[in-house]
Amino acid sequence: MAHYVPPKQGKASQLFDVIVLVVLTVGALFVPLWLGMAGAAKTVAAPVTEPTWEALGQNAAQAAKYEALGYTPESAHDLILARFDYSFSAGALLTMIAVILLYYFLILRFSEMEYREVISEKFGE
Amino acid sequence: MADVDITSQTMDGMGPHGTKVGLLRVLGPAHVWALGVGIVLVGEYMGWNFAVGKGGAYAALIACWFAGILYSCVAMIDSEVTSTVASAGGQYTQAKHIIGPLMAFNVGLYLVFAYTMLEAANAITAGYLFSVVAQMTGHAGDLDQRPFIILVIMFLAWLNYRGVLATLTFNLVITAIAFCAIIILFLSTSGVLGGGIMEHAALFEGHELPYGWIGVLAAMHFGLWYYLGIEGTTQAAEEVRSPARSLPFGTLAGIMTLLIAATLTWFMCSGVLPWEYLGDGVNGSVAPLFDTARLSGSTGLLWLLGFGTLFATLASANGCINDASRAWFAMGRDKYLPGWFGAVHPRYRTPYRSIVFLVPIALIFALGAPLDQVITFSILSGLLGYTFMPLNIILFRRKWPLDTIKRGYEHPFHPIPAITLLAICSITFFAVFLGYGTQLVAMIGFYIVVSLWFHFWRYRFVNRGAQFTMPWPKPRGY
Repeated sequence: MAHYVPPKQGKASQLFDVIVLVVLTVGALFVPLWLGMAGAAKTVAAPVTEPTWEALGQNAAQAAKYEALGYTPESAHDLILARFDYSFSAGALLTMIAVILLYYFLILRFSEMEYREVISEKFGE
Repeated sequence: MADVDITSQTMDGMGPHGTKVGLLRVLGPAHVWALGVGIVLVGEYMGWNFAVGKGGAYAALIACWFAGILYSCVAMIDSEVTSTVASAGGQYTQAKHIIGPLMAFNVGLYLVFAYTMLEAANAITAGYLFSVVAQMTGHAGDLDQRPFIILVIMFLAWLNYRGVLATLTFNLVITAIAFCAIIILFLSTSGVLGGGIMEHAALFEGHELPYGWIGVLAAMHFGLWYYLGIEGTTQAAEEVRSPARSLPFGTLAGIMTLLIAATLTWFMCSGVLPWEYLGDGVNGSVAPLFDTARLSGSTGLLWLLGFGTLFATLASANGCINDASRAWFAMGRDKYLPGWFGAVHPRYRTPYRSIVFLVPIALIFALGAPLDQVITFSILSGLLGYTFMPLNIILFRRKWPLDTIKRGYEHPFHPIPAITLLAICSITFFAVFLGYGTQLVAMIGFYIVVSLWFHFWRYRFVNRGAQFTMPWPKPRGY
C-alpha cells in the first residue's frame, strides 16, 4: 500500500475541531436536562394527608433513625414515599437495543476498514 | 515467540510520534494501587447509595457483588492486555492496536468522560462536605459551595501539572487514610470493638425489596459506582518502572481492596440508615459513611469519616485528572485530536496542555448539573468501555495467540471472564434504561455523531501505519 501522508492541519482548524467536540459533549448531558427529558424523577403516587411514622410505613426503629437525622413525619414525607416508575414499553426497550447494536455495528465496521489500512501500511501487503 | 521489552523507552509509543521528551518512569506497584483504589474509593463514600434508592438495601448488596464480578473480569482482562501494551492511554492504546482507530477514538472518549464526570462528582461532594462542616461549626445559612468546587479542581489540576510522582504519592497517603477510616468505622459500629449499633433486621422490616426483583436489576446501574475507575491503573503504564509486574499486581490488589471496602460499606450504612434516606443521594444521604458516623454518636468517628470523605474525594478527583489527561494526551499525540494536546512539559514531564484543557470541562459539569446526572454520565461512559473489553480480549487472543507475544500476565479461564463481562454489561444497560433511558439514548447518540465526525473528517489527519507502535508481529488473519 502507498504510504499515506496526512494533510497538515492549521491552528484555526484544530481550534474548530476542539470546539465541535466540546459543544457535542456539553450538549449530550445538558440538552436532555434543558428539555426536561432527563429521567430519574421520583414521584409520590399516594400522598398521606396527615403523616405519622406509622402512616408512612415506618416501625419504631426506622422512625427513631429519622428523628435522629432531624426529620419529622412531615419533612420526611416526600423522601419516604417517592418512588421510581419502572414501567416501560416494549417499543422503548427495542429502540434502546437497536440504538446500542447500531452503534457497535457502526464502530466495529468502520474500525475494521481503518485497521486493515493500518496493518497494510505497517507490515506491507 | 517474539521477545518484547515492554519497558522500552523507545518502542512504547513515544518515538514514532516525534515527541522529544517522554513521560517519566518513576512509579511503583503501590502507586498503581493508589491510582486505582484512589479513584474508586470515593464510590464507597458517596454515589453507591443511589443503588439503594433504585431497588432497596438488599438489591444494592446484590448489585455490589454482581458489579464485583464484573470488575473482577475487567481487572483480569485489563491486567493481561496492559501488561503487554505498556503505553499512556490505557484501553485507548489497546483498542488502537487490537480493534482499530475508530474504536480507539471512542474508547479514548469513554475514558476522558468517565473520569472527568467522576472528577466533577467528587468536586460536588467536596463542596457539600465543606457546607456541612460549616453548619456543624456554627455557620448560619447555606454556604455557597461553588468556590470550594472550583478550588478543589484547580488545586488538583495544579498538582497534576507539577509532576506525577508527587501527585500519586499524595494519592497513596490520602487513599490509605480513607481506607483505614472505613475499617475503623466498621470495627467501632459493628460490635467488634465495644457495642454495635447495627439494626439490619429492624430497618429492613417491610422494605426488603421495595420494587421487587426489577429493583434488583435497576440497582445494577449504580452498583457500578462501587468500583468504577479501577481500570484507570492502565493509564500509568508509561510512567511505571516495571509495567509487566506492577500493573497486574497493583490492579488485582486494588480490586481485592475494593471488594472488601464495598461490602463493609454496605453492611455499615444499611444497618444504621433507613433505606429511603440512604437511597436518596441528593435530598437524603449525600455522604452515607459520614452520615453513619454522625449517627454513631462519636465525635471522633465523625471527624475521622469527615476527613475520610474529603480525602477520598480529593484522591479520586486527583486520579481522575491524571487518567483523563493521559487519555486526552495520547489521542492528541496520535492526531486523533489536535496534535497540540500531545505535548509533554519540558520540565515537569507531564501532559500539561491536556491537564489544563480539561479543567473548564470539569467545572462546567460540576457547577451546572445535578450529582445523579453527572454520575450517570460517568457510569455510561464506563459501561461502554467495559462492553468493549470482552471484544478486545477475544480479538487480542485471536490475533496474537499466547505463543506469539510474551505477556506479563495471562488471565485464566479465557473466554469465561469475557462472556461473563458481556452478560453483566447487557444487564447493566437494561438497569440504566430503567429510570435513565433518555440519558442512555442521548449518550449513545453523542457517540454515534462523534464517530461519524471522526471517520469522515478527523481521521484524515492521522498517520496510518505509524499509529501501530507496539513491537508485535503482524496480527493473524491480516
